[in-house]
Amino acid sequence: MSVAARALAVGAGVAVGAALIAYYIVGYLTVTPPVVAATGSGPQTHLTLQTVASYGHDPHPDWVSYLVKDPQGTWVHSTVFRVPAHSLVKVTVLQYDTATGLRNPFWGQPEGTVGGTMTVDGKVLHQLDPDLASHTFAIPELGVSVPLKGVADDAKNQCSVAPCTLAEAHTTVSFVIRTGKPGHYRWQCFVPCAAGFILGFGGPMQSLGWMDGVLEVV
Amino acid sequence: MTDSFQREHRSLWQGVLGFNVLTAIVLGIVGFFVGAWIGGKIAVGHDYLIGTDQNDVGMFMGYLFGTLGWLAGLGFLNYPLSRMAGRPPSLRHHEFGGVGRYFRLCTDHKVVGIQYFFGVGIFFFIGGLNAMLMRTELLRPTEHPFSAGQYLSLVGLHGTMMIMMTSAFIVGPFANFLLPLMIGARRLAFPRIEALTFWLTPLAGLVLMSAIARNGFPTGWTGYAPLADEARAGMDAYIFAFILIGTSLTLLGLNLLTTVLTMRAPGLTWSRLPIFVWGVASTAILMALAAPVLVAAMLMGLMDRAANTGYYIASIGGSPYLYENLFWFFGHPEVYILALPGFGIVLEILPVFARKPLWAYRLAVAGMLGVALLSFMVWQHHLFVSGMNASLRPFYMLTTELISIPTGFIFLNAMGTLWRGRIRFTVPMLFALAFFFNFLIGGLSGIFLSDVPSDVTTHGSYFVMAHFHYTIMGGLVFAFFAATYYWLPKMLGFTLHEGLAKIHFWLMFVFFNLTFFPLFAAGFVGMPRRVSTYAPGLQPLNDFVSASAYVLGFSMLIFLANLVYSLVFARVPAPDNPWESKSIEWQLPTPVPVLDFDRIPVFNTTPYEYGVEDAPPVASLEPSPVPVGS
Amino acid sequence: MSEVRGQRIPRHGVRILVVWAVLSAIAIPLVLLVLGPHLPPGRMSNEASAQTDANARLTALLTPILLLILVFLAYAVVSFRQEGSAIQDGPPMRGHNGVELTWLLVTATIVVALAVWGSYTLVRSSPGAGGGQGPSAAFTPSGSSQAVPIQVIGQQWAWSYRYPTYGGFETRDLRLPVNTLVAFHVTSLDVTHSFWAYRLGVKADAVPGVDNIAFVKARDVGSFTIRCAELCGLWHGHMFGTGHVVPAADFRSWASQQQTTQQPFSKYLGPYSRTYFPLPLHRAG
Repeated sequence: MSVAARALAVGAGVAVGAALIAYYIVGYLTVTPPVVAATGSGPQTHLTLQTVASYGHDPHPDWVSYLVKDPQGTWVHSTVFRVPAHSLVKVTVLQYDTATGLRNPFWGQPEGTVGGTMTVDGKVLHQLDPDLASHTFAIPELGVSVPLKGVADDAKNQCSVAPCTLAEAHTTVSFVIRTGKPGHYRWQCFVPCAAGFILGFGGPMQSLGWMDGVLEVV
Repeated sequence: MTDSFQREHRSLWQGVLGFNVLTAIVLGIVGFFVGAWIGGKIAVGHDYLIGTDQNDVGMFMGYLFGTLGWLAGLGFLNYPLSRMAGRPPSLRHHEFGGVGRYFRLCTDHKVVGIQYFFGVGIFFFIGGLNAMLMRTELLRPTEHPFSAGQYLSLVGLHGTMMIMMTSAFIVGPFANFLLPLMIGARRLAFPRIEALTFWLTPLAGLVLMSAIARNGFPTGWTGYAPLADEARAGMDAYIFAFILIGTSLTLLGLNLLTTVLTMRAPGLTWSRLPIFVWGVASTAILMALAAPVLVAAMLMGLMDRAANTGYYIASIGGSPYLYENLFWFFGHPEVYILALPGFGIVLEILPVFARKPLWAYRLAVAGMLGVALLSFMVWQHHLFVSGMNASLRPFYMLTTELISIPTGFIFLNAMGTLWRGRIRFTVPMLFALAFFFNFLIGGLSGIFLSDVPSDVTTHGSYFVMAHFHYTIMGGLVFAFFAATYYWLPKMLGFTLHEGLAKIHFWLMFVFFNLTFFPLFAAGFVGMPRRVSTYAPGLQPLNDFVSASAYVLGFSMLIFLANLVYSLVFARVPAPDNPWESKSIEWQLPTPVPVLDFDRIPVFNTTPYEYGVEDAPPVASLEPSPVPVGS
Repeated sequence: MSEVRGQRIPRHGVRILVVWAVLSAIAIPLVLLVLGPHLPPGRMSNEASAQTDANARLTALLTPILLLILVFLAYAVVSFRQEGSAIQDGPPMRGHNGVELTWLLVTATIVVALAVWGSYTLVRSSPGAGGGQGPSAAFTPSGSSQAVPIQVIGQQWAWSYRYPTYGGFETRDLRLPVNTLVAFHVTSLDVTHSFWAYRLGVKADAVPGVDNIAFVKARDVGSFTIRCAELCGLWHGHMFGTGHVVPAADFRSWASQQQTTQQPFSKYLGPYSRTYFPLPLHRAG
């Protein structure tokens, strides 16, 4: 082969390699859920979330998941939220999943919220029977942990495809947290709610965008 | 006479359509889908799979049938089937000539050696790319630019590429090519199995990389259960790839050991055996005995994931300790599988460039065999704080400390060989000397880890990371490059560019140390392993390490550039013996003839007869026939 | 053999040993006196102190060994070079019984001495050295039967602590009394974690179904970082926290107060146990 032909072959090889590496980085490594900002501004913002029993769409129709409402009112399948620093954030969770019980009943007590309480379906509670919990919303680095009460097993009109509407069976849990200095804080669910996975902690429980997320405090 | 061996020349079409890596890929993919379909049928209705949206049974069956398709596509089933059909046995396939033979089943050990060089080398560089990406993540104390899940997959892929795939980094290319030459044989004991051990390796690499399509795996290269049991489908790729590599290692070890034990040429007594052969033989013992334990551990993990067994799950009667013990019973000999060939390489190279015999040959042999034996008795040092029976800790502390004695012999050999030598600073010699510098630091840091109180400080921290990078990368990888620059002219017939090689060496040596030495400090101040977030005060240290790592990666690109330039463009033919070595492979012409030797040689001395007046050549290549019984 | 063909051979060995001795004489005191006190993990507890001493003595011992080989390599690279471009052979030395035997004996002695000294620390002078020893701890400090038990529960991905002698209340707040022997009972609810209290010098794997006991006696009041030292999944790097060593009286009053305030919830918590096998194993549907 002539020198030119060899140079062309080497160049083609390098180009293919670079393309594969670029695809690896862009197509897999840097894929994250979109950032959704909390609604409102100023000293108190509002974050509305929902938890569904099964997502109902590809890539994982049977996985449990969190969704968040963006400031325009549409439900987005993301778990990365942006809230302002040094302010209060009122979090409302519409909980559509049935109860499984907590692996560690300790998480049945709300912690780190303003007042140390949560409001479930209108009533202010200091603790929740762990067997009634379906998920938790916890930001361990801020000391926040709130159990989310599950829907009764025999409730009518249960939701199985996200996003769920207010007409379907749900519980409403709300609480207020105070943010401090800016940073990235991870949040997660502590209920082992990954159906079918051993110990209930695989799959959605270990995936950003489903049951784990990041709170960006800016 | 050596060219009387038949080489068929076929047209390009016949070459492309025959049994080669292309048909292997096609049949492998077909097999994967067949297996996945079968697995789907098997797994219908099992409640432990409902809700997970992943079918581990399908994945494993898919990989299994994919492996069969791959092997069938390469032609591995041809010989067994033809024998079953009654055809006579054959000693050698009709082999292709030309470049085509590197892409198909070839039983020429020289071809397998070169296949290993490139087939394993590519995964080394992919692992290195993952390392560069990991260091990019660690530039900041938060998860940026990759999220935590992707970072863990990077960590796992880097570790498995570097350990799993490069278990045969030296043994693959250099033992396959050189071992028969060094003992005066024309092949290994089992040539078809030799080809099989190679072709399982890139398959394992492809299976491992398919984990990316399944969101990777979160356990790092150690694959601890029960995290492995609850992981997503990418874990199946890891498990199956390790099963393939474990099988390949076992077969390769048995092959090499049988060859060394039974196929040495006349006159090659044990005390004349080149030290590289001793290194390979001791590695082969470890491969044959330790790798099957890994396969067993992986099979149990496979069943936990796909068949709802509970080997590693405490709630239903299993134990995570079972996995940890089985894994480290393999894992510790594995790191000696990585290190011992490196010892063999550098002790082989040092006499050539110091122009003196290998000093204290018997200690070198004792050292290698001692390391091989003791490596089976130390594995608990990975588990000092795990909660397993603490009363055994003093025993394992003793055995782990004792393993420094045979390792120390290697240093004595090096010092004695260098003593009053006439050192030539060629690139292989530079890498060999750097090996000793790096392994010294790595080995001494191991003493900290073997002392239980000190291990409580450093276990699971970056100190361990620095230790094993110094011993494995500073050891194995530097020895690999020493061997490459030394033997590639013989193996491929072309000279490598010396200027680029020296730039590669100096950049790599300096920046390797600048990358990994600070990690001892990072471990001492409390940074754990495998984390994408760290205390903000450690950012300057991590940034320095990442910058050094980028230059280290750049030095690898210089090596690749040298390879491409020398092999594709410059193509300067290499002389038969550019290093003036007395070892037998350098007495053969370059390129080495197909059948290696015209006649099986008769050995006279060790290959280290430097400085000896009127020393005979290491072997007579044209011996007169020797009467039976003499 | 100091003369070959009428040429005096330089006394390489003497030169190397002299350089090595001088460097070691400088380095060893530096290591022991300047570096040693800064070695991890510090002196906050008896066990951490034992580890710091082990680290210091190992560094001090390994320094001359490192220096010997490095001085030799540097000297060899400088002195034992090929002169000119013609390849010359060196003297055909194959070995020396005396040197080989001496090396074997010296390395064996050092290594066995280290093992014995390490065992002595582990068994006698600081039993356990802060490491997790499993349910039947083999090396227990004196007074271990009166040790204050604190259970460390690892779960994906946070630590929580139970105090069995105070009614088994659970909290995310780790506090220890100073100058009191504490027995950490480390266990896990799901996968393998590792409880690493850096300045206390405690490291014990949290394994499901296992009660891993690590003893510690803190000497100073203060706070310490807690990290997870075994890869446990997505947020492994985020499983950190801060623990506090407080005066013993403060500890008792805090614990009693917690026991009272947590009383209403204790019916949900379940009884204290050395290990837990909580359900669900697989969450169904």
